[in-house]
Amino acid sequence: MAEQNNRRRGAQRLEPQAKPAVKRTANATSSRKPRQATALRYDSDNHWQTAKTAFSRLLTTPAATLMTVAVLAIALALPGVLYSGLKNVQQVAASWEGDPRIALYMELSVDDQQADSLSRELLLRDDLAAVELISRADGLAEFRALSGFGDVLEYLGQNPIPAVITVQPALMSNDELIELQQQLEMEPGVAEAQLDMAWVQRLNSALEVAKRVVVMLGILLATAVLLVIGNTVRVSIESRREEILIAKLVGATDSWVRRPFLYTGAWYGFLGGLCGWGLIQLALMLIDTPVRELAGLYQNSFSLLGLGIVDTGLLICFSLLLGLMGAWVAVSRYLRSIEPQ
Amino acid sequence: MIRFDNVSKCYETGHEALTNVSFALDDGEMAFLTGHSGAGKSTLMKLIMLMERPTRGHVFVGEQNLAGLDRQQIPYHRRRIGVVFQNHQLLFDRTVFDNVTLPLMICGFSPRDAGRRARAALDKVGLLSKEKMNPIALSTGEQQRVGIARAIVHKPQVLLADEPTGNLDPQLSEEIMRLFLEFNRHGTTVLIASHDMGLIQRMRVRMLSLQQGRLAADG
Repeated sequence: MAEQNNRRRGAQRLEPQAKPAVKRTANATSSRKPRQATALRYDSDNHWQTAKTAFSRLLTTPAATLMTVAVLAIALALPGVLYSGLKNVQQVAASWEGDPRIALYMELSVDDQQADSLSRELLLRDDLAAVELISRADGLAEFRALSGFGDVLEYLGQNPIPAVITVQPALMSNDELIELQQQLEMEPGVAEAQLDMAWVQRLNSALEVAKRVVVMLGILLATAVLLVIGNTVRVSIESRREEILIAKLVGATDSWVRRPFLYTGAWYGFLGGLCGWGLIQLALMLIDTPVRELAGLYQNSFSLLGLGIVDTGLLICFSLLLGLMGAWVAVSRYLRSIEPQ
Repeated sequence: MIRFDNVSKCYETGHEALTNVSFALDDGEMAFLTGHSGAGKSTLMKLIMLMERPTRGHVFVGEQNLAGLDRQQIPYHRRRIGVVFQNHQLLFDRTVFDNVTLPLMICGFSPRDAGRRARAALDKVGLLSKEKMNPIALSTGEQQRVGIARAIVHKPQVLLADEPTGNLDPQLSEEIMRLFLEFNRHGTTVLIASHDMGLIQRMRVRMLSLQQGRLAADG
């Protein structure tokens, strides 16, 4: 000890020479290298061991663990279900977006032939990318098939459905579209020109609002997950209070004390994320059939998107991270509270 | 090995536990710390352990000024010291063996190495046959010996004991003290806080007596 002086020294150097088994000295000579290697291997074994111990500790109180995991799963599944719902609606909306259409409802006096000649005329215009005619007869057949009011039509005697020409403008800007719509409305025989851009826009802003709500809800519930895990870890710290105090007195570092609890938090996060994913998949499965039926009514072969591998991975990583953070905060607070002044 | 330079400790409540205490304990020396309860024995021990920091003055352990150690370095400082508590502070949720290996696991020994050292320590205190028992099933004297085994298992340079014979009968107390003497003979610096004057006088080692926070006698 004589060569030691009072200057500040690294923590490792404080370790007594009499303990060669504490092999973490930075200035280890080459002859000590093999020992360092075994120390590293032992350390990784130790991590795995700590993780296993933390998991078996969870299993010693299965009911409490299950309840905590259920709370976490629900808190994670709620924004998860909303998010995947939103993703599906966006997917549908994306197929509509980008091709605004103008529907020209012809006057009832205009017969299919006149409508057809108008549609041919329109086809020649440069500012229209596509023109589609739905004749009065086709319109009637479609209405009969889709609305379910086919029987009612029998009583009307004559076809109440006007011919409709759907055009797809080549121009995209809002002002140009409105101008085009007004122009087309002036065409002879056209009763009304309806620009269906407006509702796509409305849908998009509604989706924007919904997205914000989902994000806000997600943040709130992520905070809830953080707090639940933090509090659960705090309780398990309390139950091992004596052990921590003794360990600190015989020279445990903060990270040694923290490690098992970080694993506990990570396990909670992982299990919560996994069960949350299960709940989301279950919810999507339950609404899949009605959604298919609904899509069928719109003659749409739409199928519900699940979470996918990337989103599943993100969900589980995120909840694992929340678990680590919650545990970190809880242990750090505790370690500070037992620190002498 | 342990040096106090004009150390005073004043708690936040205003209570002055130690006033201008100066003494030095050589490497391999053994001493008793006596005084009435409240005289500052525990505070002095806590200052060596860095469970408290002095208000004035400096504490040195092995030429290291403890004021120069920050939070992260405290654990490594404590690994040089073994402590025996009055109420032994054993964990009743694990075996005697696991209690004794705790400091070794903390220091990063491999389980095999730790097991060997723990058995050697238990052998020294005569409890090798009870390694698999829960400490709650042991007598008070045996529990205290497990506490001692845990304190010396990592071969500390300094051994501190706070009233180690506090609730033991005279014969057991004597046995425990002989253990401390033996560790001291092997080169460990030993400081024992005790108010058992009869026992201390029989041991004939250096005695530091505290009186209301001041060092009243040394010798």
